[in-house]
Amino acid sequence: MTLGNRIRTGLSAIADSFLVTGLAGLNVPVLAVWLTGLVLCPVPVLGTDLLNVATSVVRWRANLERRLATRAGVPIRRPYHPPPDRRELGTRRWLRWIITDPATWRDMAWLLPGALITTALGLVVLALTGYGIAGVTLLPLWLYISNLWFGYGLYWPTGNHEEAWLALPQGLLLLAIALVVAPLLRRTAFKFTRLFLAPTAAAELRLRVAHLTLTRADANDAQAAELRRIERDLHDGAQARMVSVGMTIGLAERLVRRDPAAALKLLAEARASSTTALAELRDLVRGIHPPALAERGLEGAVRALAVSLPVRTDVTSQLPSRLDTPVESAVYFAIAEALANMSRHSRAGSAWVTIEYADGTLVAQVGDDGVGGADATRGTGLHGIERRLGAFDGTVAISSPPGGPTVLTMEVPCGLSSPRT
Amino acid sequence: MRVVIAEDLTLLRDGLTRLLKAFDFDVVEAVDNGPALLPALLDHRPDVAIVDVRLPPTYTDEGLKAAIAARAVIPGLPVLVLSQHVEPLYARELLTDSRGAVGYLLKDRISDVEQFVQAVQQVAAGGTAFDPEVVTRLLARREPLAGLSPRETDVLRHIAEGRSNAAIAARLFITEKVVSKYINNIFTKLGMPPSDDDNRRVLAVLKFLDA
Repeated sequence: MTLGNRIRTGLSAIADSFLVTGLAGLNVPVLAVWLTGLVLCPVPVLGTDLLNVATSVVRWRANLERRLATRAGVPIRRPYHPPPDRRELGTRRWLRWIITDPATWRDMAWLLPGALITTALGLVVLALTGYGIAGVTLLPLWLYISNLWFGYGLYWPTGNHEEAWLALPQGLLLLAIALVVAPLLRRTAFKFTRLFLAPTAAAELRLRVAHLTLTRADANDAQAAELRRIERDLHDGAQARMVSVGMTIGLAERLVRRDPAAALKLLAEARASSTTALAELRDLVRGIHPPALAERGLEGAVRALAVSLPVRTDVTSQLPSRLDTPVESAVYFAIAEALANMSRHSRAGSAWVTIEYADGTLVAQVGDDGVGGADATRGTGLHGIERRLGAFDGTVAISSPPGGPTVLTMEVPCGLSSPRT
Repeated sequence: MRVVIAEDLTLLRDGLTRLLKAFDFDVVEAVDNGPALLPALLDHRPDVAIVDVRLPPTYTDEGLKAAIAARAVIPGLPVLVLSQHVEPLYARELLTDSRGAVGYLLKDRISDVEQFVQAVQQVAAGGTAFDPEVVTRLLARREPLAGLSPRETDVLRHIAEGRSNAAIAARLFITEKVVSKYINNIFTKLGMPPSDDDNRRVLAVLKFLDA
């Protein structure tokens, strides 16, 4: 770590110490609110609402601490049970949801010890920083001059000007110590917090199941919709055309002796119709599993895609071998979607795609030099990509400041397929 | 004219063989898989090869790979590549050795028998025959080649698709003389010094498709 980084980390840790120590002061009133809610919850009607509000307050406080910890590099995930369906909201169910969630009680258990440890460690940092600042700003000197009795560090009390001046190096030293110590203490405090606020192994599993249920439903929906679309396209397109081709040829058969010229015309028509049917089938296939993907794998297919884009697009790829087919297809369509969005909205002059694989994770990035300002919350494109990759536990992140450049990063944990024999 | 065919679907392979025989081609070998193709091409050194992109055993792009490999050994070996779909990227790969005598068509085009046979002959004679869909898709994406008028672009596109001057004249309802005037303009605008006409046509197509 460079000196600059060290100082920056130290400063942010000191700032956090202030913040966290201040917030720890909230824990006692929060605990009081929660206990009141708990005691009063048997009271009809009012009790439940009160407990509800009290729980929200506790969870808000705990989540705040989780966010701060996560930001400081000690990630803590939210452990709560998913709330029951609001439409079936009954007092009992609601109460049960709160009471039976172990996280509720772990939150409560954290409030006091958490406050104590955080405050204790925070005060060490605050004291070091405060005393250091006093030394650096030569407070002892001013006090000595104004004839007040005072001392600093090694010199107590301050006997003369020189000793008062010496507060400066001592203060600097203390500040340096504070910068080094603050991140360590911050980490320790958050690790202690994690003991209480992180999900237990059981809760982790439950969260995982909830996530999988959601993404599986998404994947199933998407697949069902896709199948319906294919069925409709085949039914209205190629199938209908083949029927008409059959009819036309049948008609030509009847006419061929009596009116050869008309039969010839019908046959030409039938051939044209079969060509159109083939074109429609081709488009359909491209939408299901692009031929280039089957023939060349992800890299080749993305290259083939890039060739027909209006924007000059560089493709670089480092894949040791082919990916598993489902992942390959999902990532291909995700990149295709990203590139389509790019050429629709970004007004870019050039773009690039990188595909890399390391430590069991595929990372694909799509970037351009366009106008930027792409908003993740607007439009369905990004959501579609998210859903596609979600089925494989993949994630999407977008960085698009106004004025550009826009970079879309997709990550999917996946395996490589063994080469086909 | 001696032909080697590589196509895995029996129906299509036999159909192609029958069709070509009807037009007085001599089908010296018809293979149905990738590994057999390269030796067949190198042994027979046919006047033209008709190759499906996707062949067994892996059903990826081994037909195309074998064709490119054969052309590395026998420069300018005429190859007409057929596929159920077309990729502009593959067209470029075929063109990179800039020797011409390549074609890349959708299998659909076989149904227009006469035009298909013409394309085979065009490729065998050292010309090019690119599917209109490849040309359209490459054109849709960028500005036309600098300096070419819309009419000249039209003419160049027909050249890419493998039409003779007479065929182009018939398509555009102009005389052959006007066609060759357009073609000369194209050569001048693309900065091609006078040389063997066939070779210049290939180079112009190369520039056109690689723009």
